[in-house]
Amino acid sequence: MLKILKYSFFDLMRSRWSYVYFAFYLLLGIVLLFLNNDLSKAVITLMNVIIVLVPLIGTIFGVMYYYNSKEFTELLLAQPLRRSSIFLGQYLGVALSLSMSLILGLGLPFVFYGLFKSNAIWDFSLLLITGTFLTLIFTALAFNIALSNENKIKGFGYAILLWLFLAIIYDGIFLMTLILFEDYPLDKLSLVGTMLNPIDLSRTLILLKLDISALLGYTGAVFKQFFGTSFGIIVSLITLVVWVILPVLRILSKSKRKDF
Amino acid sequence: MKCVLQHSVLFFLALTFGSAFSQTINVCENCEISSLKEAISTAKDFDTIVVKKGTYKEHNIIVDKPLTIIGENYPLIDGELKGEVITIVSDHVTVDGLFIINVGTSYTEDYAAIRVKKSNHFIIQNVVLEKLFFGIYLEKSSYGKIYHNKIIGDAVEEYNSGNGIQLWYSNHVVVEHNYVEHVRDGIYLEFSDDCLIKNNVSAENLRYGLHFMFSNDDIYQDNTFENNGAGVAVMFSKHIKMLHNTFKENWGTASYGMLLKEINDAEIRGNTFEENTIGINIEGSNRIIYKNNNFINNGWAIKVRGACYTNEFLENNFLYNSFDISYNSKVNDNVFNNNYWSNYTGYDLNKDGIGDIPYRPVKLFSYIVNRTPETIILLRSLFIDIIDFSEKVSPVFTPDNLMDNNPLIKKIIW
Repeated sequence: MLKILKYSFFDLMRSRWSYVYFAFYLLLGIVLLFLNNDLSKAVITLMNVIIVLVPLIGTIFGVMYYYNSKEFTELLLAQPLRRSSIFLGQYLGVALSLSMSLILGLGLPFVFYGLFKSNAIWDFSLLLITGTFLTLIFTALAFNIALSNENKIKGFGYAILLWLFLAIIYDGIFLMTLILFEDYPLDKLSLVGTMLNPIDLSRTLILLKLDISALLGYTGAVFKQFFGTSFGIIVSLITLVVWVILPVLRILSKSKRKDF
Repeated sequence: MKCVLQHSVLFFLALTFGSAFSQTINVCENCEISSLKEAISTAKDFDTIVVKKGTYKEHNIIVDKPLTIIGENYPLIDGELKGEVITIVSDHVTVDGLFIINVGTSYTEDYAAIRVKKSNHFIIQNVVLEKLFFGIYLEKSSYGKIYHNKIIGDAVEEYNSGNGIQLWYSNHVVVEHNYVEHVRDGIYLEFSDDCLIKNNVSAENLRYGLHFMFSNDDIYQDNTFENNGAGVAVMFSKHIKMLHNTFKENWGTASYGMLLKEINDAEIRGNTFEENTIGINIEGSNRIIYKNNNFINNGWAIKVRGACYTNEFLENNFLYNSFDISYNSKVNDNVFNNNYWSNYTGYDLNKDGIGDIPYRPVKLFSYIVNRTPETIILLRSLFIDIIDFSEKVSPVFTPDNLMDNNPLIKKIIW
C-alpha cells in the first residue's frame, strides 16, 4: 500500500494541477493579508472561502484522478496485490497531496506575516485542521462516486451535484425544516442536522471560535452545553473523524466486489 | 442651581466656623480611646477622628455629628457579620481610608457597610469594602461624593446578595473612580437625579454592572462595565447622557452590553461595545442620539424590539458583528446616517468617502433568527449568504426604508 501511496503522491506532485492548486492558495493567502493588514481578520475571510472551496476541489480532483489513472489501476489489478491496498494507496495519495498544497499554500504567507507571534495561531491551526478533514472526506466521497459509475460524465455530474447538495441545498432544506417545525423544541434536531453534513460541521467548528457571542444568545440547555463548553469542539472533531472513516470503509468494500 | 449655591455657602460657613474650634481625636488599639464608637460620642461637631492601624470589632456605628473620620494605613473595621457597620445620620460627614469587612446579611433589612441616611454633603473616599452585603448605601441623601473606593464582594446567589453602590432618592451625587466587583448590581440608582457617575469600573457582578431606574438628568462617563451577568440595564429615565463608556464581554442568553427600556431624550456618544451577545437592546426608547460609538465583534450590535421612534444613529462604527441591526417589525422611524459598516460591499466612484449605494443593515437572516432562534446554527452558511443577497436586492421581509444612505468607506477615527 505504501508503495502505491508513494507512487500516486509523487505522480500528483509532478502534475500541473497540484501546482495550480498550491499557487491558488498561496495567492489567496497573500492577497488576503495584503488587503486586510490584519491576521485575525484574514483568518475569518479564509474560513468562509475554505468551507466552500476545499470540498469542491476535493470532489472534482478525486473523481478526475480516479478516471485518469484507470488504466494504470487495471494494470495494477493484474499483479498479485491486494485490492484494498491499491485503492487505499491511491486515495491517500490524492488526499494527502491536496492537503499538503492547502497547508503549504496557506501556511507560507501566514508564517512569513508573523503568525507565530500573533494570537491568531489557534484559529489558523483550527482552519488548517478543518481544511484537511474536508479534503479527506470529500476525496473519499469522490472515490466512492467514481467507483460506482463507469461513465465519466455521469461521475462528474454526481460529484458536482454532491458538492452542490452539501454546500448549499442541504442548508436550504435544513432551514425550511427548522422554520416548519418552529413550534417544537428544535435544539437537538438542529445539532444532529449539523452533524450529518461535514461542511456544516466544519462551519460550526469555526463558528465556535468566531461568533460565540451570538451563539450564546439562544436560550436552550443543549445549545448551551454544546457551545459553552469544550464539549462542542470535541464532539465535532470526533464526528469529522467518523465522516472520514465511513466513506473509506465503503471504498474498501466496494472495490473488493467490483468487476473490472 | 440656586439651591446648590445656598448649600455650598452654608457648607463653607460651617467649615470655616467649625474648623476654627475643631479638634483631632486619635483612636488606636492601646490608646485612651480604643473604639470608633467611643470617639464619636466624645467628639464635638466638626472634629476629626484619626483611626490608627489596627483591628476594630465594631458594628452599628452611628455617626450623628458632622465629623471627619480618617483611617491611617487602612485600619480594619470588622462588623463580625452582626449587622450594619457605619450609619451616617448627620450632614457634612467625611469617611476616608477605612477597610471594612464582614457586614451582616439579612433577608429583612438591607445592611450596608456604610449607609448615609437623610444627610447631605457627605464624602466617602478611599474606602475598601470586602465580605459585604450592601456596600455604600445612600438613602435620601444628596450633594455627596463617593470617590476612589474599592468594593469586592463574594456574591454567589442573587437573592442573598446586595449591591455595591446604591443610591435611592439621592440627588446631585458624584460617584467617581470606584472599583466594584462580585456583588449583585455594581452601581444601582433609583429615583436619583442629576448624578455624575464617572471613571468607575464595574466587573464580574452577578446581575448588572450598572442598573438605574426612574433617575433623570444623570451623566455616565468613562466607565467600564465588563463581564457582568446581564450587562447594564437602564430603564424608565429621561435626559440621560452616556459618554465614552466601555461595555465588554457580557455573554449569555439574557445578557446585554446595554439594555435600554423606556429611555427618552438620551444621548449615547463615544461608547465602545465589544464582544457582547447583544450590544444595545432597545425597547420603547425614543429620541435618542447614538453618535460616534464603536460596536466591535458583538453577536448583535443593536437589537430593536419595538416602540422605538425618532432615534438617530449617526457616525458610528459597526465592526465585525455577527448581526449589525435586528428589527422585529417592518416599521422603521429611526434614522441611520454616515455610519461605517464593516460588512458594506459598495463602492465609491466619486471618491468623496461616502459609498454610492445605500447600505441595508438588517439582513433577512436576522429576521429568520428572530422567528426561529435555532436557525442561528446556520450562521455564515453559503445558502444564508445567498438569501441575504436576494433580500438585499429587493427587500420583502425587512423594513425597506431602513438603510444608511451615506455609508462611509473608511472607519471613523475620533
